[in-house]
Amino acid sequence: MVYLDFEKPIAELESKLADMQQMAKETNVDVSKEVKSLEEKIKELKKETYSNLTGWQRVQLSRHPDRPYTLDYIEGMASQFIELHGDRNVRDDKAMVGGFAKIDDTTVMIIGHQKGRKTKERQMRNFGMANPEGYRKALRLMKLAEKFKKPIVTLIDTPGAFPGLEAEERGQAEAIARNLREMFMLKVPVICIIIGEGASGGALGIAIGDKVFMLENTWYSVISPESCSSILWRSWDHKEQAAEALKLTAQDMLKNKLIDGIIKEPLGGAHNDPQRMYAELKKVILNNIAELELIKPKDRINQRIEKFSSMGVFLE
Amino acid sequence: MSWYKRTEKGIVTPTEQKLEVPDGLWHQCSHCKKIMQAEEHAHSNYVCPECGFHDRIGSKEYFEILFDGNNFTEIYPNIRSADPLKFIDTQPYPARINSSMKKTGLNDAVRAAYGKMNEISVVIACMDFKFIGGSMGSVVGEKIARAIDVARKKKYPFIMISKSGGARMMEAGFSLMQMAKTAARLALLDKDGIPYISVLTDPTTGGVTASYAMLGDFNVAEPGALIGFAGPRVIRETIGKDLPEGFQSAEFLLEHGFLDFIVDRREMKSKLSVLLGMLKS
Repeated sequence: MVYLDFEKPIAELESKLADMQQMAKETNVDVSKEVKSLEEKIKELKKETYSNLTGWQRVQLSRHPDRPYTLDYIEGMASQFIELHGDRNVRDDKAMVGGFAKIDDTTVMIIGHQKGRKTKERQMRNFGMANPEGYRKALRLMKLAEKFKKPIVTLIDTPGAFPGLEAEERGQAEAIARNLREMFMLKVPVICIIIGEGASGGALGIAIGDKVFMLENTWYSVISPESCSSILWRSWDHKEQAAEALKLTAQDMLKNKLIDGIIKEPLGGAHNDPQRMYAELKKVILNNIAELELIKPKDRINQRIEKFSSMGVFLE
Repeated sequence: MSWYKRTEKGIVTPTEQKLEVPDGLWHQCSHCKKIMQAEEHAHSNYVCPECGFHDRIGSKEYFEILFDGNNFTEIYPNIRSADPLKFIDTQPYPARINSSMKKTGLNDAVRAAYGKMNEISVVIACMDFKFIGGSMGSVVGEKIARAIDVARKKKYPFIMISKSGGARMMEAGFSLMQMAKTAARLALLDKDGIPYISVLTDPTTGGVTASYAMLGDFNVAEPGALIGFAGPRVIRETIGKDLPEGFQSAEFLLEHGFLDFIVDRREMKSKLSVLLGMLKS
């Protein structure tokens, strides 16, 4: 278990609890009363800690190394999954995965950014930063879903589209731009869920949907707090301040009507009880697909366009 | 014995007071350093007659260059930025907006208008880089969306002249969604079969490139323009190496297949008109 800086008090109590249980086992002394009171205390502390998180703390949680990634969610929700590879042009981008999945009785196309867990895998997944071929693969799979009339679910978790030399050569901007335009015209339901980091164009490139949700401990904005700090204050030291200013939490994004809903996470974050998280996400996906399928494709497209068209605040 | 006596010693004239010629009469090319009359420079559409360097210009100049007789009707010129996030960095966002408005005489980073270009009716939207780096916030997104609505309603071709550092950070999530909003309108324009020419000028980067600027039926650029998704500094830091010569230039993008052609600003009006003329039924 990895603890974040603001989780230190919880970590201390949990280690105390572990010691107590260990001692009880070794000495056969009955400490059940003490254990129970400590457990209560931990529960209270957790509730208090996680219900008052700052923007920056949410950002930290969204990047927690134990957090489930796209393939974990697919495994946790689907009974069958066939991964489909490649953009048919350049290569297969490992930072973007996708394929047909069976969730209960419903076949869906699931597409998402993929991060790696160990050093080697992290590199292979390019830290969840897709290249243009990743976005083009995603679009190819979405068109495939449209052809076979299957709903699309996208899972967003990226620190940004990859800002590399070859990414520019192969048209990172063009790939993302095309996805935005094409996703508006998809005839099947599209549900987008931010499961971790939602950084800028790299996130938006697969996030044009009839319903856009954020998990409780994620962030979504035009820039990461670190980069924002370095541009506006010329140093990374103001990342906490930047995280507040950007209003990037699920609560703020919902309040500003830039997303459609928040999906609750288990206490302490998705990684504290992944099974419950998968079950919750599965329920949200199936319910929303059922609702969206009642709407005619043409109306669904119009509503999708209408929704994004109404975003923005100005004076006139 | 001297003819006159210097009474004050150590007279120093500040540089700005040394000008002998009224400001604005002469222009020096920032590339080849040639000095020419400002009028001559303006007449060649702010392109250096000596080396062909394209100076950065704004919507006022582009409208003058493209619209016949500089006649046009501006679309929603009075939309202005709000401050939905109460954003404060080194200064509050509204203060930044106000000082930009004062300094530039503009209401925000894009202006849109319709009129005739060599007798062809067109809608042109043009960004102004000097307004907070041509950054895209709610106003830019909304004005472009409405300009496209006018193009759809009147069935006029749409020309978008981009010049921007990308999304406007002070509007965070709102500015990100302007990429989506403009792309949605372009999807509708595309469905209507109305031509869209995207003109990318120096510089066009970030969220602007990754939305409307790259979605033209025709993507064209001015010579030497910097065009990219990530900025050169970010890429240099990512790869830990210097960037090759000419990386992210218009010529580089043409070579890699992302532009239809590069057009000299002095020929822009005639070339775009010829192209649109060919599409007319």
